[in-house]
Amino acid sequence: MAANGEEVKLLGVAASTFVCRVQLGLNLKGVEYKFVEQDLENKSEELLKYNPIHKKVPVLVHNERPISESLVILEYIDDTWKVNPFLPSEPYQRAMARFWAKFIDDKVLLASWTSVFTNDEKEREKNIRESDEALKFLEDELKGKFFGGEEIAFVDIAAVYIAFWVPLIQDIGGLQLLTNEKFPKLYNWSQEFLNHPIVKETMPPRDPLFAFFKARYDNLIASK
Amino acid sequence: MTKSEVKLLGAWPSPFVMRARIALNIKSVSYEFLEETFQPKSQLLLDSNPVYKKVPVLINQDKPICESLIIVQYVDDVWSSGPSILPSEPYDRAIARFWATYLDDKWYPTLRSVRGAKGEDERKKLIKEVGEGLTLLEDALNKISRGKDFFGGDQIGYLDIAFGCFLGWLRVTESLTGVKLLDQVKTPCLAKWAERFCAHGAVKDVMPQTEKLVEFAKMLMAKMAASTPN
Repeated sequence: MAANGEEVKLLGVAASTFVCRVQLGLNLKGVEYKFVEQDLENKSEELLKYNPIHKKVPVLVHNERPISESLVILEYIDDTWKVNPFLPSEPYQRAMARFWAKFIDDKVLLASWTSVFTNDEKEREKNIRESDEALKFLEDELKGKFFGGEEIAFVDIAAVYIAFWVPLIQDIGGLQLLTNEKFPKLYNWSQEFLNHPIVKETMPPRDPLFAFFKARYDNLIASK
Repeated sequence: MTKSEVKLLGAWPSPFVMRARIALNIKSVSYEFLEETFQPKSQLLLDSNPVYKKVPVLINQDKPICESLIIVQYVDDVWSSGPSILPSEPYDRAIARFWATYLDDKWYPTLRSVRGAKGEDERKKLIKEVGEGLTLLEDALNKISRGKDFFGGDQIGYLDIAFGCFLGWLRVTESLTGVKLLDQVKTPCLAKWAERFCAHGAVKDVMPQTEKLVEFAKMLMAKMAASTPN
């Protein structure tokens, strides 16, 4: 139980970038919570009770009330705990932050992921192109140290996938999705982001995650 | 705000464009509606939405805002003295946003794919999924409305707008398949809600007539059939 009697639980898994977004959100606000590790091959009653529609993680449970969908959860966290706001107060800037966070889900995630985890070379080429196009938009959008300016904010949190997961999977796949040469501002952003003290303590250990995804990759290639 | 300061780039058949129009209507905002030509896409569309090149795009004092649900939230934020669109309580907001995401990511894509289904088996499967989704939404309406007329309570709110905009295309699918999807027996509360929504002042002038949409759908399907190689 957190200091003021509130109960905050997060149902999640270490490998998930969506879960990581929520952990970052909670940690940046200094919210105490209990992390309940899930076995997605053998879904718990708790998970099925709190997310019956999608049966997925992350699920934030605040005083027994569940919220699902990582970006919805981040907005809830920002609405509920007012310290260190993630979203700007100015309406147009808020709209832009929401737009770019959604853009990451719509255009960056699947393309970059599929670039690595596919056996179809044509699919791979197509997805690399799409990933490049999407990352270029973000490269052009980055004006300061972070997407949020001087401080980490909504879009930076949403983009944790780009900073931590993309370098990992590109190593596994032998690809160059995010490099200093291709996207210098975005690459620099990823270094600043990963060096932020709260981000550092929130990221899952790299080696087990690498091993986990490498095993999946090897299985995929072997099944060709 | 003078009329020319607020523009909405859109298309009459689009449910996503309708969301933006309903939000502006709720706030009694005067705006100029620009019907997008599409073939080819206008320079205004390409300039104001270079990322997706889609409608709706709201342009307020020359600043473009894209993505229908983001536009609805923006309208709520800017014209804050008008009736509220998002619920006031954070948890209620999260629930409304959750269901809006479900509608956009799962339910509407399934509804759309009914029209393009290859074969009766696939069509039946998709229709069943649409129906299951409606059962979930019936349940959600009961919980969220707390006995009132709309998801938003006494007045239409975010989730009413997010869902209600699809009623036209739902009716088109019913018309084209001959299957009643929004059933007064299976989903009585939704059926009543749908009538109230469509009759609402902020909605009725921007909801396209089903007959016109059916004609439009048939034209689209004919185009697709013509351009699909055998």
